[in-house]
Amino acid sequence: VQGPRGGVGGGNDFQWCFSQVKGAIDEDVAEADIISTVEFNCSGELLATGDKGGRVVIFQREQESKNRLLSRGEYNVYSTFQSHEPEFDYLKSLEIEEKINKIRWLPQQNAAHFLLSANDKTIKLWKISERDKRAEGYNLKDEDGRLRDQFRITTLRVPVLMPMDLMVEASPRRIFANAHTYHINSISVNSDYETYLSADDLRINLWHLEITDRSFNIVDIKPANMEELTEVITAAECHPHQCNVFVYSSSKGTIRLCDMRAAALCDRHSKFFEEPEDPSSRSFFSEIISSISDVKFSHSGRYMMTRDYLSVKVWDLNMENRPVETYQVHEYLRSKLCSLYENDCIFDKFECCWNGSDSAIMTGSYNNFFRMFDRNTRRDITLEASRENSKPRAMLKPRKVCTGGKRKKDEISVDSLDFNKKILHTAWHPKENVIAVAATNNLYIFQDKIN
Amino acid sequence: MSGEVQASTEEQQEMQDTVVSPEKAEEVKLKARYPHLGTRPGGSDLLRKRLQKGQQKYFDSGDYNMAKAKMKNKQLPTAAAEKTEITGDHIPTPQDLPQRKQSLVASKLAF
Repeated sequence: VQGPRGGVGGGNDFQWCFSQVKGAIDEDVAEADIISTVEFNCSGELLATGDKGGRVVIFQREQESKNRLLSRGEYNVYSTFQSHEPEFDYLKSLEIEEKINKIRWLPQQNAAHFLLSANDKTIKLWKISERDKRAEGYNLKDEDGRLRDQFRITTLRVPVLMPMDLMVEASPRRIFANAHTYHINSISVNSDYETYLSADDLRINLWHLEITDRSFNIVDIKPANMEELTEVITAAECHPHQCNVFVYSSSKGTIRLCDMRAAALCDRHSKFFEEPEDPSSRSFFSEIISSISDVKFSHSGRYMMTRDYLSVKVWDLNMENRPVETYQVHEYLRSKLCSLYENDCIFDKFECCWNGSDSAIMTGSYNNFFRMFDRNTRRDITLEASRENSKPRAMLKPRKVCTGGKRKKDEISVDSLDFNKKILHTAWHPKENVIAVAATNNLYIFQDKIN
Repeated sequence: MSGEVQASTEEQQEMQDTVVSPEKAEEVKLKARYPHLGTRPGGSDLLRKRLQKGQQKYFDSGDYNMAKAKMKNKQLPTAAAEKTEITGDHIPTPQDLPQRKQSLVASKLAF
């Protein structure tokens, strides 16, 4: 996105302003309301959220009106539906959570919109379509659907299509089930627009969007003896342009790039990305904090970004031995790892995202803070998603965490951070500087101030 | 006051470690609290726990359904089902019955 200054960038080059917040202000958050995934569609017109209760809410951006120059279109509810319901696995006596782990949009090919939503075990293809006409004047039934008494029908008429209030319908078109023994962590639509992959802890499957009774297993890292298990798959993504390439990350901090032309089963990688570790700095926590929680290709397809517990790394696909850029998200937590292990926060899975031009990246942190890094200027900023800064178009003030002794005014000390307020899911509009930030049960939308 | 107590060599080592690596200092703290923690960092136990995702195992489906019912009672009830009773004259057909109300609560984001 070219700004008036002529340059591209995120972070400090832009002034982020509050736009909207969705969700209740309850003190007591129901678990079902916790947002578990956020995703813009390919044009940015639609924004989908999934929650722990298995529900999907889709927002649509309203058309910009010429009168309101100061703010871009707002996002309003377009459709909402129950995607997944809790199930019981009778064989294992375990519950299958209805929580939506991931939503991925398909590129739009006609008037309807399609998305894939996945819980731990099942992926569903949803069609979201608009209906603005309805037939009236049926012969055999009344307007409210009751059958007419046969003997009362004396004439024949042709039903007429009449306009009606816009209705948005969501219907499940495909259900891709029974292919995952372990918990699905990722789904990714392929650039061929025909296939997609789904990954669980130990396996990755390739599906055809039209075929639900069959899927190809393309990666299987399950050892013959489970005692020998050393790592699990944490995320996977298809390359944005090369439909034969995909990557998957592991709990050991490594990324493997695979080429589906090389073999049917891609257990052997084409490229292996790992940053060498300094053996003297190894600790009990090293492996845990190196576990990659998210991997995302850049839009260009030349780079990929990984998120581990304390940092975000940008990798050049042509260089396997180390990342080209490393950004510290919240390094001050390194001296708190003991408590973070005890309260399980060390296992939190943060996601990360690129802006449309790949010049900036964003990821979440604790205390409802989220971080943005400008890859060109190397500047970074910490912002907060909070109802205190929720006046329309209010500019967000940068936040700072104080690590040392003296706390300046407006700074917050590490020990005062609220670790229950985690921002795990964020999304950046594919073309504009509009971001969606999920803060537990609330969805914040921020926009760049237009000069 | 007489001179300060000489720091023991262990404490000195710990101080050095803190200077060298905050991570190592945290490890020391953790091992002090949980001396029986696995010697191998990370390790299969953690991975196994991860595969199970901390799921509660139920005895059977009856146990599961009982647990779900208990939870539903705790939550606020959804809109009470309207009962336009169809009794009396005729046997109801599917077209006569009122539309089934959604039994699940809608997302608060949709308001």
